[in-house]
Amino acid sequence: MERRDFLKHLCWVISSGGIMSGLTADAWAAILNKDYDTTKHYYGMGIDIDKCIGCGRCMQACKTENAVPAAPFYFRTWVERYVIKTDRTVSVNTLNMESVAKPDVLPEKEVLRSFFVPKLCNQCDHPPCVQVCPVGATFKTDDGVILVDSKRCIGCRYCIQACPYGARYLHPETRVADKCTFCYHRLVKGLLPVCVEVCPQQARVFGDMKSIASPLGRFTRMNKIHVLKPSLNTDPKVYYANLDGEVN
Amino acid sequence: MKDFFKNLPEQAVRVVVLFLILAVGLLAIRQFIIPPEMKDPVIQKISSTQREAAKGIKYAGAEICAQCHEKEPEIKKTGYHRDLACESCHGAAQKHADNPTDVKPESPRKRDYCVYCHQYNSSRPTGFPQINQETHNPRQPCINCHNPHNPKPPTTPRSCNACHAQIERAKAVSYHALIDCTVCHTAPEKHKSSPRTVIPTKPDKREFCGKCHDKGSPKKGVPTVDMAAHGEKYVCWQCHYPHTLGGI
Repeated sequence: MERRDFLKHLCWVISSGGIMSGLTADAWAAILNKDYDTTKHYYGMGIDIDKCIGCGRCMQACKTENAVPAAPFYFRTWVERYVIKTDRTVSVNTLNMESVAKPDVLPEKEVLRSFFVPKLCNQCDHPPCVQVCPVGATFKTDDGVILVDSKRCIGCRYCIQACPYGARYLHPETRVADKCTFCYHRLVKGLLPVCVEVCPQQARVFGDMKSIASPLGRFTRMNKIHVLKPSLNTDPKVYYANLDGEVN
Repeated sequence: MKDFFKNLPEQAVRVVVLFLILAVGLLAIRQFIIPPEMKDPVIQKISSTQREAAKGIKYAGAEICAQCHEKEPEIKKTGYHRDLACESCHGAAQKHADNPTDVKPESPRKRDYCVYCHQYNSSRPTGFPQINQETHNPRQPCINCHNPHNPKPPTTPRSCNACHAQIERAKAVSYHALIDCTVCHTAPEKHKSSPRTVIPTKPDKREFCGKCHDKGSPKKGVPTVDMAAHGEKYVCWQCHYPHTLGGI
């Protein structure tokens, strides 16, 4: 190769590289998002405490769908059993898949109230986990879901510490933070999150807050809505109906 | 100008050339080796979202099931399980939807699945149908009496049970729990109006029990005995009480 040709080639390579990097973020978005417009949705979930029967089907289905480790301390969604005794002591236990089907009768006279509370990532509008991430691996999508970039995450666990709802865990195999994504891969295909799909009681309601006609819109209109830890101003997008004051 | 270059010491030229090579190299690394996701957080967000969206689904959703299975959704439509998704019981079925002939979803047929929801638990909402699995027809698979696609309390009259509750309870925990009263006894219709004058039959031949319990009987898991050598002239129930556990 002659010196002249070499220089010509070099010029060509450098200029094409310039064009590549000159692609704007919008152009990239157009390339990557073909059939799904993230800006047209804003997702939330409603949970009716009075309907939950604590059968654990949501936990089971979530683990299957999202390849969450089977060990009983890794959850993207879980169900807590609250038992409030007449002496005002409160015990909270996460449902154990093995014991769900076992007979469980509490002494009637000692118990004031008892119920199940399904929990998951609250997909906060002001997420503390996003604030603390030192590498920007966790972020909020345009449709309001908090995701973790598993390629960028360095597994430092700041977000796990920062989450006031304990919704995150460190995946034992990938060693990166993992959490509920509202089954984002299902949403983009027009399916419901799997916990909503399998809930036998329709205790979980899923919907788009940009659409008035969505089931979630009706749910929030028809019920008195509470969120978890409202004082933290995280603005959760998981809305609870018939939530007991003891739940936090 | 020419003089300026000529007067430059050779060392300086070398340093400048080295610097230029380094600069071009660094530029090349930035352009071609560092992926665009790492340069622009917006692109990172989009590509990470896209990766999340591209994940495969495992739960197909009830609408896909109904495309092929016409009968079951039709039965289910009017029953108490109308809002229950197919995959709540049959498990993740996307593989089955992709390959309907080779991959079959599971069908829980034993008692141990229904009780996830229907075992009595003090924390479950009042009014939700619950049973105590230890006393509710032990050993009987639920589907013997309840159609899971349209569950309702069984309509078979408890004609024997109404008067012979003690036998019914004893039988329910015996090895003969799954055998109906009418297999061994034939009760004339008049037995209901005048129970003491019209009496149901009892097996009067040894061969009747021998159908299952004789040596070489085709039934599996049934204790057998050589009927020719055992018990002489007596009818089996003169020594073995068939309603109790163990039958002796």
